[in-house]
Amino acid sequence: MSMINYASREINCKLVYYGPGLGGKTTNLEHVYTKVAPDQRGKMVSLATETERTLFFDFLPVDLGTIRGFKTRFHLYTVPGQVYYNASRKLILKGVDGVVFVADSQVERMEANVEAMQNLYDNMAQYGYDLTKVPFLIQYNKRDLPNAAPIKDLQAQLNPGWPVEDPAKQKPAPDPWHAGESLVFQQDGAWVERAPYFEAVAVTGEGVFETLKAVAKLVLITLG
Amino acid sequence: MTGAGTWSIAEDDHRKITEHLAALLQESQARCALVVDRTGQMLANAGDALKFDPAAFASLTAADFSANDQLAKMIGEPEFASLFHQGEKESMYLADVARRAILVVLFDQRTTVGMVRLKVKQTVTDLSRVFEEMFGRASQGGGAKAPGLLEGAEDEIDKLFGD
Repeated sequence: MSMINYASREINCKLVYYGPGLGGKTTNLEHVYTKVAPDQRGKMVSLATETERTLFFDFLPVDLGTIRGFKTRFHLYTVPGQVYYNASRKLILKGVDGVVFVADSQVERMEANVEAMQNLYDNMAQYGYDLTKVPFLIQYNKRDLPNAAPIKDLQAQLNPGWPVEDPAKQKPAPDPWHAGESLVFQQDGAWVERAPYFEAVAVTGEGVFETLKAVAKLVLITLG
Repeated sequence: MTGAGTWSIAEDDHRKITEHLAALLQESQARCALVVDRTGQMLANAGDALKFDPAAFASLTAADFSANDQLAKMIGEPEFASLFHQGEKESMYLADVARRAILVVLFDQRTTVGMVRLKVKQTVTDLSRVFEEMFGRASQGGGAKAPGLLEGAEDEIDKLFGD
């Protein structure tokens, strides 16, 4: 739930990185932490097990600049990816303003990706949030690995699109991040919308800021 | 509802909250008091200057309260309306405010948990009134709801995220 504080002149928004275990959610935050100037970010908090698996969440507040005299402060959270921790994973989604699904591109992880995506839809629905209406995008991580599945296959499995029922939105919308591709298009006579996607190699930082900027922008646009 | 929505805290609301916190500190002899929303954002604080990262503290407070809420449900309680964490020198008392926010009081040996608990009750009532008014106005279309602050700010947003 974004909050505009007129006393401190801040806009606070909550972004959650979701996805299967060992997919790179924490790595995304670690990269942001190392690259953002210390005066533009806060302390990174990680509630992790002794083997560095996320137990509850990682948290990193980042200032992305000033708009209309208000500091835009984004609170980045990751959830524990392991199936076992669903109770705590669900808690982190409370009040979320934007979601990044970090998928593991490796062919062997397809099933885990699909399971995590279903879990995301279910947990959002339990709060009364509709994932097709909130700022949401998918990051296909680990693109550098030799066993990475083709984007086409990942899109078909994880981002097949949802029906566009609002007649006002039933028109082609190009994907601003991928030339020649569309976010809203016709398929077998029906209008379909897909979430924007990004390719990344979080360990080297490739695609990390592109993903963050895109979701932050979508969140700010919905505030207007 | 499709998403979590937006709300805003006006300067006047912020002043009222801070005044209630200051009154609590005076009566309870606690060191400092903070109000954090349920999603982990710091809303206001009063008393001694904070020696820790307020954003990290707020996110952990909300997580602590949420986790305890779930534990309460597991044992058949609707909620734990307050929590107490006892340290050797410093302690924390946390209380729910109208299911919207969490009041956190930090105190040391100058006072007792009994005194803090007693005085917090009145502050929770006072703060609940402020929050209910804020959100009451929001549901009527004004007040706490963000009044289109970023309307027409697309250019500025583009510039902010342009490379």
